[in-house]
Amino acid sequence: MATKEFTIPEIQEYIEVPDAPIPDATAHLSPFIAKPMHQEALGFPVEVSDDWKEQTLDAMGDLLGKYRGLRVFMDICVKCGACTDKCHYYIGTADPKNMPVARQDLLRRVYRRYFTFAGKFWGALGMPGFVGAADLKRDMLDEMYSYYHQCSECRRCSVFCPYGIDTAEITMAAREILARVGIGQKYDNEIIAKVYTIGNNLGLPERALEDTLEGLEEDLEDETGVAVKLPLNVKGADILLITPSADFFAEPHVDGLMGYAKVFHEAGVSWTLSSSASEAANFGMFIGSYENMRKISLRIREAALELGVKRIIFGECGHAWRVAYSFLNTLAGPFDFLDQNYPIPQHILEFTLGEIEKGTLNIDKSLNDDMVLTFHDSCNVARASRMGDKPGGQFTIPRAVIKAVCNNYVDMDPDTIYEKTFCCGGGGGLLTDDLLELRIKGGLPRMTALQTVTQEYGVTHMAAICAICKSQFTKILPYYGFDMDQIVSVHQLVSSALILTGQVDEDDDTESGEEAA
Amino acid sequence: MSLAFAILFYVATLVLVVGVALKIMQYSKTPAPLKIPTTPAPTTTSGVVMRMFREVVFFESLFKATIWTWIFAWAFHMGLFAVLIRHGRYFHDLLPAAIVGPLKYAAFAMIIGLTGLLIRRFAVNRVRYISAPSDYAMLILLLLIGISGAMMTFVDHVDVVGVKSYFHAWMTFDIENLILPSDMVLRIHLFLVAVLMLIFPISKLLHAPGIFFSPTRNQADNPREVRHVAEWAEKLSK
Repeated sequence: MATKEFTIPEIQEYIEVPDAPIPDATAHLSPFIAKPMHQEALGFPVEVSDDWKEQTLDAMGDLLGKYRGLRVFMDICVKCGACTDKCHYYIGTADPKNMPVARQDLLRRVYRRYFTFAGKFWGALGMPGFVGAADLKRDMLDEMYSYYHQCSECRRCSVFCPYGIDTAEITMAAREILARVGIGQKYDNEIIAKVYTIGNNLGLPERALEDTLEGLEEDLEDETGVAVKLPLNVKGADILLITPSADFFAEPHVDGLMGYAKVFHEAGVSWTLSSSASEAANFGMFIGSYENMRKISLRIREAALELGVKRIIFGECGHAWRVAYSFLNTLAGPFDFLDQNYPIPQHILEFTLGEIEKGTLNIDKSLNDDMVLTFHDSCNVARASRMGDKPGGQFTIPRAVIKAVCNNYVDMDPDTIYEKTFCCGGGGGLLTDDLLELRIKGGLPRMTALQTVTQEYGVTHMAAICAICKSQFTKILPYYGFDMDQIVSVHQLVSSALILTGQVDEDDDTESGEEAA
Repeated sequence: MSLAFAILFYVATLVLVVGVALKIMQYSKTPAPLKIPTTPAPTTTSGVVMRMFREVVFFESLFKATIWTWIFAWAFHMGLFAVLIRHGRYFHDLLPAAIVGPLKYAAFAMIIGLTGLLIRRFAVNRVRYISAPSDYAMLILLLLIGISGAMMTFVDHVDVVGVKSYFHAWMTFDIENLILPSDMVLRIHLFLVAVLMLIFPISKLLHAPGIFFSPTRNQADNPREVRHVAEWAEKLSK
């Protein structure tokens, strides 16, 4: 596994695409394989059986019949090379199999060989390679396992492909095929199993969650003098907040959670968290499993019904927002029991911007003057979802909120933001320490862009709206000479600039205290 | 020989039409269970039509990706398109001479574009790595078709009237009058075109019909407003 020594890439002046690929540069990278218990919990076979070849082709045939995208993408790539310089993992590792088309070809060569006339014809002649086909061998499954876990399903390549071929779709299919053959990924499958048994990725049980929320309420009251609540399992509340479980304790995530709570408090809405759906993340998407993704999504529907809420709002999380925005209606709808006057589901930033525009929030932007901000567009939000009414709202709304609460904001290099944003390096179910080398190297393009604005504009902090991005940057920033706390939540910024009604300021206790009284 | 070519073209036409039709049927029958447009995406059907139009006519995404590939690819495809229109004169009389004349220069756009793409395939390390022998073969095939065609237009003129009457006979199954001018370049040209037609439905040339079925480009971004469920997925909830 990932034990080989490696060097941290050096940040160059510009993002440099390796001209000469280094074959097998990261062939040794492969995350831990799921243990039998984790395979079992998700309904996958616990080990590879003797008829693995038949099973692989069966699974592939099944998916080809279920997903038009996969079928079309397998056929229509012309190998133009437009995607070859677009993947952050290729840029960071120079391994040619991290070029999107080469990654796709690991599956496509099997498709060509067993599902197309050309592949069968040249295969029968003993020259499948002529048409990019290959006979399926056992070690090819291991190679697929390795390289399909060096893709963060970020869809950057799909922006540039003249046919919109999305490597994420192919990675998801490949991971599902492998899982069905008995080769699942430990990190993802273990987490999904925890969601089923406990309710969230972290395995935080209801009692612990209650304590955590109480602790946060105390912190908020100590800090502001206002009793801001973080309600749990409140029946009849208007809003159900679904947020990534990292928000409950990890830094800087938790500062974001306190930000949501303060915004809700000031907006005067009734809201609640749910212990049975205390997780926005849906790793079912990462492993490409519709069934698991659906099962995880249904918890949210059940929680909403059980608590009798009218609205569902999602906290800051990238892939969770993709599943929520793009898939939730499909997977767990129809949501005819919710208030149809609000988007279903709604993003916390849509809510917060609405309150800012209504003027319900008392903001003092100067409270964030100690920072110069930039914003990292998270891939799933940028390229797989939307916020607001108009295309591109996913870019303008977070920036509008940041600019409403901060005086100092600059964007990074235009080729690294909006739809061209680079993955943090840890998305798509790869946020595990057995892939640390990959995560560090994959972060290179973003680190380069950050370095540039740091030098040119004195940027001190980068804001993000994704739990995975935040955890990933916390981990890799120090490797590139930054501080781990330079990554912040957007609602952390909202929180620090928001002055609550009746707030007691630490500096002038008496004065505010009198006012409050 | 005239008859052999006629049969070859009957078979090639059949393979092309039936093969592509079957592929289109397969694509349209395969469900797209999830909304996966690459965003920002249009929110309406008319917006999607415009996006697809820009993609198919201007190669919008490729333009964003790499300018040199775009230049060569666009020159080749537009050249090919013009050449195809011009070849209509062998099958019908609808084309005014004023169009047929100038369109002949499109062959150069096609040849230059293909040459650029071929050089890129050799010269750029990354692109060479992802190229299979068939990828070179395809470009060479198209290049030979273009060069042989251009030779008949610009170097050694082909008997246009003869070719026209041959294809008229071919279309009307008039076996008696199937007389192909005895021109070697013409025969090479026709043979290569027949090969291209034959491999169309079993190769990456399927990108032409396939792009219209690409869910990242042909879906509207409206999942919150419209519930989208595939038939096989619907069954899971029963």
